[in-house]
Amino acid sequence: MNYVALKMLFGDRAKYLMLLAGLTFSTMLIVQQGSIFWGLMTWSKSGITNVNAPVWVADANINQVEEIKPLADTAVTVVRSVPGVEWAFPLYKGVQRARLRDGNYEQIALVGIDSSTLIGRPHTVLEGKIEDLRSPEAVAIDQLGVERLGGPENIHLGTTFEINDRRVRVVAIVKTQKSFQNFPFVYTTYERALSVTPEERRKLSYVLASPVSGVSPEALAVRIHEQTGLGAFTEEQFGWKTIQWILRNTGIGVNFGTTVLLGFIVGMAISGQTFYLFTVENLPQFGALKAIGASTGMLARMILLQSFTVGFIGYGVGVGLATVFGLTVASGGGLPFNETWPLLVGVAVALLLICSISSAISIRKLAKLEPAIVFRG
Amino acid sequence: MTQNPTSTLDNESAHWLVQARGVTKSFGEGDTRIPVLKGVDLDVARGEVLLLVGPSGSGKTTLLSVIAGILESDEGDVKILGESIPEFSQSEKTKFRRDHLGFIFQQYHLLPTLTAVENAAVPLLIRGVPKHDALAQAEAVLGTMGMGGRLAALPTRLSGGEQQRVAIARALVGEPHLLLCDEPTANLDGETGRRIVQQLHDVGKQPDRAVIIVTHDTRIFEFGDRIVHMEDGRVDQIQHGQEEPA
Repeated sequence: MNYVALKMLFGDRAKYLMLLAGLTFSTMLIVQQGSIFWGLMTWSKSGITNVNAPVWVADANINQVEEIKPLADTAVTVVRSVPGVEWAFPLYKGVQRARLRDGNYEQIALVGIDSSTLIGRPHTVLEGKIEDLRSPEAVAIDQLGVERLGGPENIHLGTTFEINDRRVRVVAIVKTQKSFQNFPFVYTTYERALSVTPEERRKLSYVLASPVSGVSPEALAVRIHEQTGLGAFTEEQFGWKTIQWILRNTGIGVNFGTTVLLGFIVGMAISGQTFYLFTVENLPQFGALKAIGASTGMLARMILLQSFTVGFIGYGVGVGLATVFGLTVASGGGLPFNETWPLLVGVAVALLLICSISSAISIRKLAKLEPAIVFRG
Repeated sequence: MTQNPTSTLDNESAHWLVQARGVTKSFGEGDTRIPVLKGVDLDVARGEVLLLVGPSGSGKTTLLSVIAGILESDEGDVKILGESIPEFSQSEKTKFRRDHLGFIFQQYHLLPTLTAVENAAVPLLIRGVPKHDALAQAEAVLGTMGMGGRLAALPTRLSGGEQQRVAIARALVGEPHLLLCDEPTANLDGETGRRIVQQLHDVGKQPDRAVIIVTHDTRIFEFGDRIVHMEDGRVDQIQHGQEEPA
């Protein structure tokens, strides 16, 4: 009877298209909004992921990566003294002003990394050599920096600009993950970062550390915290801490959550109602099938097959449309868009739920259906 | 005369395909309870075409539903092929209908998105016959009814007579022992109605088969071996074919 079920579904074109539209819209909305949400969350921890270090040591009361609470310079040696630490280096991180050639100012996220080891440097260098940061006045900027500070025709290897009235020179262009604040990342050495930033009593933003072989980053973070009283987190822990802070202190989570819920409810309402109408309008036919000898179980399987078939197609089309959106509108990092497999699995489960509930309403109607209705003229 | 109110169900099932005894059925509860069948006895022989006639509300359709096992009687027994239908569970009744009964409805109840041949094949598909075989058998039955050229037509493209022939093909394709027809000519013109009933009559005359037709249509009375008149929930009169009613 699978054949009959599918012909009933596809043959009623108007209802089929209505169902498909509802489920596609629902899927697309949830995937698109979910991907943008997760893209934003990925951006929010880019201050961590753009600096490669297994363990981050910060002030014990720190809430998130952009909330700089400077440490005493001695913190580096204190961390190095903890057993299990293979290395520990300072990191400067702060928002500064860059002055462009045309006199305009642009805010940048300045990152100062250890000059000897260059620990904390970005993953990918697009142009130039990151080792050239050791040369005088050298900085590396990311692709957003190139765009913001004047475009490729004005900003390239060898170009100079000013940070707090100190001249710097571009020696490398690097690839980074955009940040939540959408500031360009500018890398330089720790010492140069201190020299181009205004005088403060403390300027050490973080200590980056790594465990010796045989000690996990998690274990080392716990040990550093216990022995120094400083806050110590693995890269992943710090990322989640940052995301949680943003969810708690901004309306982003509620906003996107509401939209996703709306997608679920709209999908549920359209598919539930359409499916119910589809069943009600075919009640005499279903009654006839029951009279002829189709069991309620058989009719239920037919309904489930119809529901899951249209759900499967709607899921495919919806994910496809959301992906096309991501590849076009959000391409080039213009919009945060991170379509992950857990999100797709989650949406599949949500759709499964929508289809199951819609089917259940119809199956309940069919279970109560008296086949005797077919004898009523 | 085949009505035998005093007899009990016995070994006569070799002769009788349907034996109903003391069947009662009411609808509603308490003060609003309406008795529709008031102790009906009815036998249908193998190879017989029986017409069930009477005014609206006399209980014809309810009796048909009880015989088919799609309505439960309050009291009494119905045996088909010697099997007591009220003793079956719901799933057993469904299975029995699937394997032994065929239905023709006044409104046809064809699936609108299935072609003529697909509609006719539905009972076989319900039985789990592979689609290819089911369609081939349905095509053969429709061919015998002069519908060979309309196999791929959707019900909306068929005339009333053609739709009824598809419904008959659907009822016959599974080779049921008992064919239950509810007003099969109600929506047809006289000539088409006669042709349809002639086909049902031919089916009913085959051994091990019987046909019960609920009808108001006096034009088809000549096709019945017996005509059972119902009145107020009871069998009022049984008349043999071609006899004038008393």
